[in-house]
Amino acid sequence: MQQWFIDFAERIDDGDPIYLACEECGTTALPPRSVCPECGTRTFEERSLSETATVTASTTIFSSIPAYADETPYTVVVATFDEGVRLTGQLRDADSVEPGETVTVDAEERDDGWLVTFSPTG
Amino acid sequence: MTVQIAGVASTEFGEHPDSSTRELFTDAALEALEDASLSVHDIEELYAGNFIGDLTDDQAHVGAMLADYIGAREAASMRTESACASASSAARSGAQAIAAGDADVALVGGVEMMHASGLGEVTDALANAADNEYENEAGLTFPGIYALMAQAYMREFDADQEDLAAVAVKNYENGTTNPIAQRLEETDVENVLDSPPVATPLNLQDCCPITDGASAAVLVSAAYAEEHGLETTVSFEGSGQSSDSLALQDRPDLARTRAAERAADQAYDSAGISPDDVDVVELHDCFTIAEILAIESLGFFERGEGARGAVEGETAVDGRIPVNTSGGLLAKGHPVGATGVAQLVEITKQLEGRHPNQVDDPTVGLTHTVGGSGASCVVNVLRAGGE
Ligand SMILES: [Zn+2]
Repeated sequence: MQQWFIDFAERIDDGDPIYLACEECGTTALPPRSVCPECGTRTFEERSLSETATVTASTTIFSSIPAYADETPYTVVVATFDEGVRLTGQLRDADSVEPGETVTVDAEERDDGWLVTFSPTG
Repeated sequence: MTVQIAGVASTEFGEHPDSSTRELFTDAALEALEDASLSVHDIEELYAGNFIGDLTDDQAHVGAMLADYIGAREAASMRTESACASASSAARSGAQAIAAGDADVALVGGVEMMHASGLGEVTDALANAADNEYENEAGLTFPGIYALMAQAYMREFDADQEDLAAVAVKNYENGTTNPIAQRLEETDVENVLDSPPVATPLNLQDCCPITDGASAAVLVSAAYAEEHGLETTVSFEGSGQSSDSLALQDRPDLARTRAAERAADQAYDSAGISPDDVDVVELHDCFTIAEILAIESLGFFERGEGARGAVEGETAVDGRIPVNTSGGLLAKGHPVGATGVAQLVEITKQLEGRHPNQVDDPTVGLTHTVGGSGASCVVNVLRAGGE
């Protein structure tokens, strides 16, 4: 696992997640991106990301890669933050979620690195 | 363009426990050369796709290895890697070398040996096409990524699992009459829906199998074909390739493959055609949803209309736009690093009028190959008629 992702996940774990916004055109992105894919400038600045997001899509995985083979079935969620960025993580505290539901982002430290998680809000 | 297809071959797709990456590729390469009436010493450039060999075989430097083992040590050789689109990149590179006047004879192909490794190891290796940190480390598998795309598509366009299953039913049926195909049994919608879940809403029969296979094609310049009296009946007419975000989460629409749209536009431009001119298509149906997204990206259906392609028979062998008459990746099989040239082999046979599921007198054929969840896409256009 790359150090930049460890840093990113630790900020989530600390309750202080971040994202990147292009000073030139406003495009949003996640680290470690340095060039804006829309305007081509290298003017991303780090900003504070909210801790809740909206479910865009989810899937429950029954056949997995070795790292998660003992944990099937589990659900992976892609959620969209108000700031515009999307993030992929595993669902916690529920068996399923519907698109449009609000979830809270968190991070778990595992033997082999960090895992982003989402839990239904409320 | 002045690039001609002189010979093509694919091995049988399925399990080859007594073969290996270098041996299986050799089988396809020599058969393609024989089909072209050329020898290994005529090859000036070799481009071969191979995706997960570093992990399954502990072997890199695959281009040189394959050149060595087919007996073409004097050729320039290189492995191309753009995940599951690796072999289409190989074909495109060979065609570009000839079109640029840098070479007269290029052998293009690909090979993948997937069965020797366990399912978990292969699933892990294939996942390397995704974003390691943002996707794999979250436990997202390849079927999982396409499942997310499927859910987004079904929700946006009110499609259902039966629409997805219709793609498998069509392609499985086509596969039963293709002698190289891996899956030889038909299925029906109920069977697809009753097959075990892999990543909701995708079931086992929505997913392509794990495949050993190799394919090769001999590309020559028109001048070389004429000079050497080669009988070429198909030309490599145009090509397009484009990229997109590596991770699905970075795309504004999960249910849209923009790299494919761009690659298709570029390929149509370079071949001087429009989607209406295409008579037969081999496209990247690694999962049922992928075929639906592809026929929209290629311009055969409006966005949201692709789901009716298989349901209403428009993509059948005798339909308006026949898609995956070979059985596609779902039934023919998907040796990942070979697939793009395997598609080219099938289209060449269609344009030569010698395909087991022959469509009626096709003139223009197209291949569409996707790397990852759509971060790479290559579209190649072939036309009947030598020079
Ligand atoms: Zn910008």
